[in-house]
Order: sequence, then C-alpha cells, then structure tokens
Amino acid sequence: MLTRIRAPGAAPPEVETELGSVFLRDVVKTFAPRRRGVGAVTALDGLSLDAPAGEIVAVVGPSGCGKTTLLELVCGLVAPDAGRVDAAPAVLMAQRDLLLPWRSAVDNAALALRVAGVGREQARGQAAALLYDFGLEGFERARPYELSGGMRQRVAFARTLLSGRTVLCLDEPFAALDALTRQEMQDWLAGALAVAPRTVVLVTHDVEEAIVLADRVLVLSPRPGRVMATLDVDVPRPRRRTDARLVELRARALEELRA
Amino acid sequence: MMAAVLLLALLGAWEAYADLSGIDDFVLPAPSAVATALYDDRALLWSNFTVTAGEIALGMLVALVLGLACAVAIHFSAALRRALYPLLIGSQTIPIVLVAPLLVAWWGFGLAPKLAIVALVCFFPIVVPTLDALDRVDADLRKLMRTFGASRWQTFRMVEAPAAMPGVLTGAKLSVAIAAIAATLAELAGSDAGLGNLMLKAIPNFQTARAFAAVVILSAFAVALFGLLTLAERRLLPWAHQPRGTAP
Repeated sequence: MLTRIRAPGAAPPEVETELGSVFLRDVVKTFAPRRRGVGAVTALDGLSLDAPAGEIVAVVGPSGCGKTTLLELVCGLVAPDAGRVDAAPAVLMAQRDLLLPWRSAVDNAALALRVAGVGREQARGQAAALLYDFGLEGFERARPYELSGGMRQRVAFARTLLSGRTVLCLDEPFAALDALTRQEMQDWLAGALAVAPRTVVLVTHDVEEAIVLADRVLVLSPRPGRVMATLDVDVPRPRRRTDARLVELRARALEELRA
Repeated sequence: MMAAVLLLALLGAWEAYADLSGIDDFVLPAPSAVATALYDDRALLWSNFTVTAGEIALGMLVALVLGLACAVAIHFSAALRRALYPLLIGSQTIPIVLVAPLLVAWWGFGLAPKLAIVALVCFFPIVVPTLDALDRVDADLRKLMRTFGASRWQTFRMVEAPAAMPGVLTGAKLSVAIAAIAATLAELAGSDAGLGNLMLKAIPNFQTARAFAAVVILSAFAVALFGLLTLAERRLLPWAHQPRGTAP
C-alpha cells in the first residue's frame, strides 16, 4: 500500500514543533540480579550516542546487547547508573503494536491526545486526518483484530506521532511482520518521516532496515553494549535497496557485527 | 441443543423410575408431579421467587461493588495486597452453615443476613479474576502510557480498567450459581419468605413435589442470569473473544 502524501501547499497534518535532540555520554546501566546465584547484568557499559534534531540514528547489535535498555533510558523510563542522558521528551514504539483491543483504530491513534487532555471529538478529528494520510481511510472504526499486521503498525505509528513528542524511539518496529510487509513498511516509514520529520532512535537487528532508514548507523558489541563502529549513510532519499552504496554499507555493517 | 436432549433423556428415565418402582411420591416425586406443582402453586412460587431473586441480585450487587473496590485497592497498593489477600482467602473458609443462624440472631429475619451471606460467598470469585486481569496488563503498555505522560489514574482508566472487564464478567458468572445456593442456605437459617423458606416448610409436610418445583425455579433463574451475563459479555466485550486480538 502506498503512502498518501499531501499535495504541496496543503496544511501539514499536525502542528510543527521544534525538533528535539538526544545526547547520551558514557552511559552505564546495570541490572541487579533477580535471583541468588545470578550475577548482576551490565546491559550498557560506557555507551555514547548523539542524535541531533531531525536525524535518524539506527542502532544495530546482537540480541541482548542492551538495545531496549538504551531506548528506555532515552524515554526516561529508567535512570542510568553512570553517565549523562539528555533527551527531549521521547515516545516509545515497540515491536508489538500494543493497540488497545477495545478501541477502534481512530481511538487508538488518538490515545496520546486523550492522555494530554484533548477533547474526544477534536482528538478523533486529528487522528482520523492522520489515518487518512497513512492510507487507512475507511478503517477508522475498525477494531485492531480486524486489521492486518501492517495496518496495525501504521495505526500504532499514527498514535506515536500524535503524542506530540519530537523524539521517536522505535524498538524493532517491524520485527513482528513478514518479510514482504516489513519492506513495504520500511519504505512507508521513510516516506512518512520525509513528510513529518522527527528525531529518531531506531533499534533493530535488521541491518538492511537500519541502512535504508537511517542517517547514521551505530553497531553495538554483544553485552555489555558499547559502540563498536559508526557508519554514516550519506545517501540521498528516496533510497533504493539495490543502490550500490547501500549494499556496500550493509556489507560493512555485517562485517562489523561479526567482528 | 445437546443440553436439552440430555435433560429430556434424564427426565424420561426419572419419570419411568418414579412411575414403575412404586416409590412414594413424597420420597421421590415424578417430573410430571413436579410440573403439576409448578402449575398449581404458581402464585405461591412466584411470590417467594421474587423474594429470593431480590436477595440474589442485591447480594451479588453488594459483592460486585465491594469486590471491585477491594481488587482495585489491592492492585494499587502492595501493602494492601499483603494485608488483605490472606484475609480474603480466610473469608472463603468461613462455614456459611454455621454463620448463617448467627447472622439471623443478630440481624433478624429480614434481608440483611441474606445479603451478607450471598455477598460473602460471591466476593472471592469476583475479586480473584478481576485482580488477575488487572495484574496481567502488559508491562509494555504501562511503559507506553508513561511515555505519553499519563498519570497513574489515566493509565488505570484508559488501559487497566477496560482490560479487567473480562475478568469482572468471569467473576460475576462464577458467582451466579453459588449465589443461588447461598440465598437458599440463608433462608433455611431463618426467614419468613423465599424459595428456601418454601422448601423448608414443604418437606416436613410431605409436599416434596413443591420443594422440587422451587428448586427448578431457582435453577432456571441461575441459568437465565448466567445467560444474561454471557450475552452482556458478547455485546460489550466483542474484542475479548477474537483470536487475533492482542492481549492487553
């Protein structure tokens, strides 16, 4: 499915806000042992990350390298044991869409607005406009179980955008989708971010996803996670997966991961 | 459908046994005799039924209000969980048969002891599934609400409370059958009206068919309430029955 992009000159879907940035310096996060006999787990050990306003930074790494912890730090859900975390208010979007099954698509998309105290009708209006942009016209009143995986993820993304947070933390947002839908959704996300730019920290174990979407890719080491390599993806958008530069960067990232 | 066939077969066997074995009517009345009693005593049965139905409905309402309040309190406070949960389980082991006459001695033959007993019995099956549903709410969903800047109360109102609704209805369904038993027991302990009271008076008078008729009405009422709750569940919570729906 294609992203409907508004004609030039049309009003943007939501109020433009100044984009925030994310700044992490030498961050350490250790989790206390849950049971006796199990040592404390150091999830992150001296990690630094910069995402200036409007930049898309992807973080790739093996399973269990503390990627999710990194996003929870950025969102302020956990505090670091050492180091500095400076981030504009951030919103988390997880691998699972986490839509509320009793709410319709439009009410799910409007959830953050309702939390912020926006009236029901106004919130629905804003949410419906965004769902229209996302090609979900006609599905506003559908419940999550009536939607396909890709559609649900788009509703979740609409909800994320409408939170008004300028920093998006995406935690393997498409990992639960099948390969074909995933590629479609990656292209779709690239298009959506081109229309409504945000500062993005994208955590993924899909190297191609990272290269296709991001301005910069950080490769993390196995636990405890720290940055092993930084790859700048200096390729203009829209990008094609088969672009020689992307293919080469992908090979390099995979090499770094294996190192 | 299958339930109806099974019921008819059972009734047929019962009727045949009662007719052919020569067993006394007051020991085991035939279904036809019970049916006759249902018809002949309809005014008497109805007036007693309204009393018992009121006790069951009001008692369940009391249990629902107290049970939900208790579940929410325990959900919000770890200290209350530690303090109240053992007491809750303890409350379930109180032998109703012994307590019922005491309550009657304290509060008389009126509605109060019946409500107390029905509520006491229904309380636990309402609290446990409700609390369970509240506790099972996805931790990631709570995190999501926090990144939206939601307060504890907003998270409860928008996420936890709706997610707990299937648990509440399960609890209410579990309560229906035992509420009928509890109301009958409470009436046996001391009452001046109700289906239990009617049974108590009918049996020593060899009117066993009338007592059975009261049982039939009580069962039918419980089944009807159960059906009503199931219907409400389907209408109000269609999402809870979809295989594709994400667990909240």
